[in-house]
Amino acid sequence: MCGQTPVGPEISVFFQKIDLKKMKILTKEEAKKIIDKVLAYSKADEMSVNLNGGRTGNIRYARNTVSTSGESENQSLAVTAVYGKKSGTATINEFDDASLEKTVRRAEEIAKLAPENSEYMPMLGPQTYLNTNTFSENTAKIDPNLRAKAALDSILPCRENKLTAAGYMEDTAGYSAMGNSKGLFVFNKATQVDFTITVRTDDGLGSGYGIQDFNDVSLLNTKKVTEVAMQKAKASASAQALEPGKYTVILEPAAAVDLLQNMMRSMDARNADEGRSFLSKKGGETKLGEKLFDERVNIYSDPMNEEIPGSPFSGDGRPQEKIYWIENGIVKNMTYSRFWADKKGVKATPPPNSFIMAGGTKSLADLIKGTDKGILVTRLWYIRAVDPQTLLYTGLTRDGTFYIENGKIKFPVKNFRFNESPVIMLNNLEEMGKPVRIMGNLVPPLKIRDFTFSSLSDAV
Amino acid sequence: MPEKSEFIPVFVFLFQKINTFTIQILSPNETLMMDRRKFMQLSGLSMGALVSAGIPIIGNATTPEHLLETPADAAQKKLMSDIALNAARSKGATYTDVRIGRYLQQFLFTRETKVQNIVNAESYGVGIRVIANGTWGFSATSDVSKEGIAKCAETAVAIAKANAKIQTEPVILAPQKGVGEVTWKTPIVKNAFEIPIQEKIDLLMKVNGEAMKNGAGFVTSNLFFVNEQKYFASSDGSYIDQDIHRIWPTFTVTAVDKAAGKFKTRDAISSPMGMGYEYLDGLASEKIAGPNGLVGYRNSYDMVEDAIMAAKQAKEKMTAKSVPAGKYDLVLDPNHLGLTIHESVGHPLELDRVLGYEANYAGTSFATLDKWKAGNFNYGSKNVTIVADKTQPHALGTVGYDDEGVPSKQWNLIKDGVLVNYQAIRDQVNILGEKESHGCCYADNWDSVQFQRMPNVSLLPGKDKLSVLDMIKGVEKGIYIVGRGSYSIDQQRYNFQFGGQLFYEIKNGEIVGMLDDVAYQSNTQEFWNSCVQVCDKDDYRTFGSFFDGKGQPSQVSAVSHGSSTTRFNGVNVINTGRKI
Repeated sequence: MCGQTPVGPEISVFFQKIDLKKMKILTKEEAKKIIDKVLAYSKADEMSVNLNGGRTGNIRYARNTVSTSGESENQSLAVTAVYGKKSGTATINEFDDASLEKTVRRAEEIAKLAPENSEYMPMLGPQTYLNTNTFSENTAKIDPNLRAKAALDSILPCRENKLTAAGYMEDTAGYSAMGNSKGLFVFNKATQVDFTITVRTDDGLGSGYGIQDFNDVSLLNTKKVTEVAMQKAKASASAQALEPGKYTVILEPAAAVDLLQNMMRSMDARNADEGRSFLSKKGGETKLGEKLFDERVNIYSDPMNEEIPGSPFSGDGRPQEKIYWIENGIVKNMTYSRFWADKKGVKATPPPNSFIMAGGTKSLADLIKGTDKGILVTRLWYIRAVDPQTLLYTGLTRDGTFYIENGKIKFPVKNFRFNESPVIMLNNLEEMGKPVRIMGNLVPPLKIRDFTFSSLSDAV
Repeated sequence: MPEKSEFIPVFVFLFQKINTFTIQILSPNETLMMDRRKFMQLSGLSMGALVSAGIPIIGNATTPEHLLETPADAAQKKLMSDIALNAARSKGATYTDVRIGRYLQQFLFTRETKVQNIVNAESYGVGIRVIANGTWGFSATSDVSKEGIAKCAETAVAIAKANAKIQTEPVILAPQKGVGEVTWKTPIVKNAFEIPIQEKIDLLMKVNGEAMKNGAGFVTSNLFFVNEQKYFASSDGSYIDQDIHRIWPTFTVTAVDKAAGKFKTRDAISSPMGMGYEYLDGLASEKIAGPNGLVGYRNSYDMVEDAIMAAKQAKEKMTAKSVPAGKYDLVLDPNHLGLTIHESVGHPLELDRVLGYEANYAGTSFATLDKWKAGNFNYGSKNVTIVADKTQPHALGTVGYDDEGVPSKQWNLIKDGVLVNYQAIRDQVNILGEKESHGCCYADNWDSVQFQRMPNVSLLPGKDKLSVLDMIKGVEKGIYIVGRGSYSIDQQRYNFQFGGQLFYEIKNGEIVGMLDDVAYQSNTQEFWNSCVQVCDKDDYRTFGSFFDGKGQPSQVSAVSHGSSTTRFNGVNVINTGRKI
């Protein structure tokens, strides 16, 4: 059904959002000037200002033709006013003096009407931030031509090979600044480009996938990513059914990242202390300081990492810094809200923006070569929590699942549904390859034993 | 980016702080990936936090009072629309539609004794879509002045013309006779935006208090209100003024046994509705008695009563028997079955998905055109008739006209078990050999492009008199499942796994106790063919979602799924209990 000949008209919509209040990426000084002006209007006990702006563009294609493409710009200023323990927020996207003052008054008005929040924490004073390198001029100057070329580089090889491409690229360039009446000020500008491609054979029997993301678009080669997806589409076309059960698997980084990310986002200390987390344990204590994983498991965050540079601050202005979450299999740190950290008398470690799982030096090919029997998994799909107590997740393999024997890919296999917990998975660790950037994180390909596949799927 | 969430789950908030607006959800994978630029940026809430929170807040923060103001009346909007229609036509458009939209949201978040956040948001602007040289073009602006609108229309035409150069085939638009100047309103009794905030807080505090009193360790509760004020005009001669209201009350109760290191949750079994605040009246006449003191809520919800039951049931779950894996006959409550209908019938019958347009995101569909053309594809048993319906009272997808001016209607998707149709809009319906659109085109904001979205998709009730209690009497070895739990389905909609909120073991026609660790796995066609009984219309009610995700950049839409309690024989049940 995914043939070259369209069944009907090519349903395409091209769009553009026009914003007459044309914005640009502000400099640190320009952002500070606006924030200071807003703060000068304040009559509240405390006030904070968040200022964001940027441009985002995208191109989408399916059935080997572009379906939508567009670009939009936006900027927004949010003012939070606080009286005692009552706070209110108002937002505006116009930055003239009258608009700014009106927004301050509105935030103050909302704050006065708001119910008191007993967990309110006074605003932070000045903080020291790392100087991270999240902005790329190459990405900031992306234009419709570059997007079209990126799409064509992906579509044309598929057309030539009687394959069908569906892909999406989205790029953003923007700045984010925050300041408050206690003297805190921080500014960062960042760029990001995300690309995904699904290639299917014309008979609908084979499907392959590729994904890549960067801060700097010059590192993105949509043709190369597409070629891997094409290869997988062709190679997966005559899938055989294997019995569901426990298998040794090699999870490509695109397959491993979701389960790991889910776990990393479940590291909140308050939930653990309240007895409702995988980090809670019998008797009311937490698993902080305990060995919960294979001793080779090391997961940390580092906004200064060159491959995945991150924002120097968290949403509420706390500095981001290098921190170990899991070291040699031991739970080293949990994330805290400022309120809970204050209550517990510990450092208020914010949730990280991304994570790095340390790995080895082997390539994916090396891992396959060293595998007697196993299954190579390209990606996992529709992952949903089944049990938050054990972090059990379900989902399916998709777009390239292969049987490995004696170090070689033998044949494609039908997709499986899995039911597995990242905690169990990281105890059944056999080997790790070299980490690669995936969805803003660094993740190695993982070889895992006894990964639980519970049923078969006919989906391609 | 992680483009993987399709059906957006109920949020289960772990912690939310009003001072920083930091919001996280229980299961971080359950993130809503949508167009990031649309998220309102609240103070202290980074883009990342919003995305992981999964709350699609559209527009600018404002006061509750401001939401009751009206920026423009229908006459003004008609004037504005005509400017756009004329500007586009003069530049060479052969078809134009204009949507002047004001989208209002009010969301309340609480936890135990605290109000954590109240969000009032407004988004106002115009989106103009044209066909020029046989190709679509779209442009949108928040500048709703004469000049702004004219310029926006011209831009849309310029984009269409530019892109016509690389188009292979022209758009074939199904004709739609203009409907003139008409209005349509969700028939609400109480406008939720007019109810004082304090009354809403009092309700949620009562909900939380009663839950805690009845054994909950923790509770979060929320109210979501949406009002879409949409004015649509097209070169067909339609000027349609619509006022659409939606409401969703929900909560999550958690019971904790620290000594045993265990916790269990129970979510509300409310349904989001196309109704006003009257949904919260809790009318006795809208309650449907179930087994074991369970209550089903039709078109009126008793939130406090449900919270009390939730607390007791979450505690009961702690000691419930872990299910032995195997084949069971399943008796599925409408508040559970709705999601199964959504995933295994609603999505696979979206025509754009069948054609491959969603291949890189949610996937394609097993329900290919050849199966439909054959005219004898047994999607389900003869007990299964599933309708698409944009007119169903109190449902989320119900409107007078869709976002391309097509009057709402009802049509069969599956008739007596056989696949008979898909969901298609004006530029698709010719593929099905039909001359009229199904009227299920929708855009989630004025600045997003309208495209095919799921109408209300519902299983018709059985014709013979049958209550849930009678249905259970006929089951020898089975499980009765209530509420929406974990859910997952493959990219062509064959293999799925569903959990629930409450599971009861049925033995020899009676409920013998609560079960835990239950999930069932099946294949869509096999599952619907195992449907042996559907309760009658007295048991019928809807399930729904505010945030069904589709497209790249992703858009949300709200949709309901009605059914009566239904029995499926011999379904594979797995045990999801694990030790870590």
